Amino acid sequence: MSMPPDPSKIQTPEEMLRVAREFMEALPHAKALNISLDQLGDGRAEFSMPYDERLVGDPETGVLHGGAVSALLDSACGAAVIAHPDNGGGTATLDLRIDYMRAATPGQALVAQAHCYQVTRSVAFVRAVALDDDRDRPVASATGAFTFTVKP
Amino acid sequence: MSRRPEPVQVVKQRRDAALESLVAGVPYIQFLGVQFDRRGDELTAVLPFRDDLIGNPFLPAIHGGVTAGFLEITALVGLGWSMIWDEIEGATPKGEAGPLRLPKTIDFTIDYLRSGLPRDAYARARITRSGRRYASVQVEAWQDNRDRPFAQAMGHFLMPKRPAKDDG
Repeated sequence: MSMPPDPSKIQTPEEMLRVAREFMEALPHAKALNISLDQLGDGRAEFSMPYDERLVGDPETGVLHGGAVSALLDSACGAAVIAHPDNGGGTATLDLRIDYMRAATPGQALVAQAHCYQVTRSVAFVRAVALDDDRDRPVASATGAFTFTVKP
Repeated sequence: MSRRPEPVQVVKQRRDAALESLVAGVPYIQFLGVQFDRRGDELTAVLPFRDDLIGNPFLPAIHGGVTAGFLEITALVGLGWSMIWDEIEGATPKGEAGPLRLPKTIDFTIDYLRSGLPRDAYARARITRSGRRYASVQVEAWQDNRDRPFAQAMGHFLMPKRPAKDDG
């Protein structure tokens, strides 16, 4: 996600969500995974991804592959950076660590909640969790550093 | 020992069939289109470029999640391959090690070194430690130039429980 819509031209949170959704829908791999953008603003983003048999990593149990979970978390983290109030441009992932706490329950959609909790002049720091229907026990968590450009 | 060496085609068929058994049944590997190029026991994962792997159409660049998934597949298949190699080669009698279960990822850290270009990508895994319960694996991925990797990763894995011969 390196060339999002120009954030300086966006006025209201509703407009930001609408523009960001349109941008998201233009991303081919997000489309392939059926990822949708549910909430965005103030350094936070929430994305969801329906269960899909094409994304299974263990055919015996039907559990999703970690790679699909990573793609959802990476997308949510990048969007949280874009949605930071000081952001003045695009962003790219520098590094991302994913911890897999448990298998995602087969048949359930995944939700990723990301928070860009700190920025410097050139780096944004982000945390995220991936959840299924049991919201009290995260499926995975992510910690990442992203490139950042401060709004002029 | 006067056992004659096996014909090369028999050896190749056996190894390729074992590799296929690791890869073919996993839907996500087929979803990304990852293939494996085998030279002896060395595996190179290949990700043929497709438009729907793109994350950012303006650059364009491969989606960071695709890169993460590609590297994790490379690590998991590399580990699984090392687990079945002895069995394929007859060092462990067939079936004695129990049915194969792939390891589970505990954590996976990806460094994005350059943006992934819209062309084929390759990756190799190196198992730095493989114990009874845990394994550590490093992966490196490149495109045009092997000396200019576009991503590297480090992961920890939980090894599947296999029936021990001693304690039944």
